Amino acid sequence: MKLFKFLIVGFIFGIVLTKAEAVSWYRIYEMFMFQSFHMYGIIMVAIATGLICIQIIKRKRLNDFSGTPIMIVDKERGFTRYIVGGIFFGLGWGLVGCCPGPIFILLGTGIYAVGIVLLGALLGTYIYGLLKDILPH
Amino acid sequence: MDFLYGTWHWAISGFLIGAIMLLLIYFGKSFGMSSNLRTMCSMAGANRHCSFFDLDWKEQKWSLAIVLGAILGGFVAYHFLENGTEVAINPETIKQLATMNIDAPNGKLVPNALFSIETMLSFKGFTILLLGGLLIGFGSRYAGGCTSGHAISGMSNLQMPSLIAVIGFFIGGLAMAHLILPLLF
Repeated sequence: MKLFKFLIVGFIFGIVLTKAEAVSWYRIYEMFMFQSFHMYGIIMVAIATGLICIQIIKRKRLNDFSGTPIMIVDKERGFTRYIVGGIFFGLGWGLVGCCPGPIFILLGTGIYAVGIVLLGALLGTYIYGLLKDILPH
Repeated sequence: MDFLYGTWHWAISGFLIGAIMLLLIYFGKSFGMSSNLRTMCSMAGANRHCSFFDLDWKEQKWSLAIVLGAILGGFVAYHFLENGTEVAINPETIKQLATMNIDAPNGKLVPNALFSIETMLSFKGFTILLLGGLLIGFGSRYAGGCTSGHAISGMSNLQMPSLIAVIGFFIGGLAMAHLILPLLF
């Protein structure tokens, strides 16, 4: 039952991203070519929704469902890892048009070739784990 | 129920994605999809020779449940909520794609030129899919998050590192779409 609510959240996430077409290679390409507002609209509205509610959560010191005060951990400070890691990620995003969420969602829509992307993503994560200590962060 | 079919408006979609992130915060968790890749590496035994994967994957079961739900959601949306009018992208984009011999959407989510089984089984097609995945997996872990963790969660919490990461995402994505893709296709 504890896991069931997360299953439902994932289920809604999968439907929303498919129907918003954020899982579509075409939409990502169109976004990077600046030929549509669609993806920018989605990202901006999602951030605005989050921003407003997180401010309310912080100011009113709201609790989560179990009564524990909500603490949102700040990201570690830094520059190199974010810009370099970000560029690597962006190159992949621009090439195969899917980020980690959509990789799984597309598998569900029956696009089995995305399994190769998943395999690559697992390998890439593994390579990062191996190189972590020698990479500049 | 007709409103469920066709392309969902960006304002509704964006609002729902924001709401999903907030719901996870309410459940005491955070929104991030790429960490599942790390968990899956641990489950496959990567922890045996690399300390980065030394984590108790059972604590991440909630996140794997989201993954499973997302796969089911994709299945239901694609099989029961489509009416063939989807992915109506800019006609200019379609013209540009044609010059690279990439097929137009016509209701498809992804082009055959990249994702058909035939393409996947060709050397070039397989390499592109694997390379794309490698870049996504390596980059998201290096940057400590992907679109969900940085662009949505981090930006809505006004995190400078997330802004830097998102700038990186766009440098990479713009370079790929404008400079590298035309060389590949």
